[in-house]
Amino acid sequence: MPKTLTPAGTLYRGREGQWSWVAHRITGVVIFFFLLVHVLDTSLVRVSPEAYDAVIASYKNPIMGLGELGLVAAIVFHAFNGIRLILVDFWKQGPKYHRQMLWGVVGLWALVMIAFSIRHLTHVFGG
Amino acid sequence: MATPIIESPRSGRVAPGYSRSTPSRSNFEMIAWLFMRISGAILVVLIFVHLYVNLVAGDGISGIDFGFVAGKWASPFWQIWDLTMLWLAMLHGTNGIRVIINDYADKNSTRMWLKGVLYTSTVVIVVLGTLVIFTFDPCPVIDGVAHVADYCPTP
Repeated sequence: MPKTLTPAGTLYRGREGQWSWVAHRITGVVIFFFLLVHVLDTSLVRVSPEAYDAVIASYKNPIMGLGELGLVAAIVFHAFNGIRLILVDFWKQGPKYHRQMLWGVVGLWALVMIAFSIRHLTHVFGG
Repeated sequence: MATPIIESPRSGRVAPGYSRSTPSRSNFEMIAWLFMRISGAILVVLIFVHLYVNLVAGDGISGIDFGFVAGKWASPFWQIWDLTMLWLAMLHGTNGIRVIINDYADKNSTRMWLKGVLYTSTVVIVVLGTLVIFTFDPCPVIDGVAHVADYCPTP
């Protein structure tokens, strides 16, 4: 197969459909790598209570707190956009309203994230 | 000049240059596609409750320590919850990464290596997580020293 067939830097159709697909991929990869680390650090409960508490204590700082906020933002987007994807695939009117549903996803995501940010940042920055 | 014949994309007679490997008649990809939707819908519920209980309710993330985990896994309900979440999330994530590798790695050997690393990591994480959930001891005795907590028996 000739190497010249590799498409580089092509834009399929842009707009909501492609950008939500890109965002779904990126958030999915981020969540997957977090999950690997999350299982590994939680496994420290099997080593000793001190080992687990030590690694959890090392997460209790503003940088990790903001990282957690970003992670939750990724999860909430991936979840809502995933539901939209299921509706596009299985609901008869899904493909017709995919764009409107994406704005619904973004709106719901913003609402959930505002509420969660207030709660989480209060803990992180010592409320 | 003869008119070139362009076969329908689903005819199975695609020009060899456009097919990466021998065509397969298995419906694995359809099952994988369906699994992503079913597991995804279940994971939304499992993970949202997980995030609410661990990060929003009570003291939020400030309340997380060994005792918090011990409190949750004292109940078979949360053991099964976390076990289901572990398996579904790992399989959902692994299949997602598999699709991404297939999309972007165009050398057969690169795809094989990346997927080898992926599947190995998945097996290690799923087995490790499962063992941790079921062999967890809230009051371990390490090197003859018993863990001190208000829920542990005093020696």
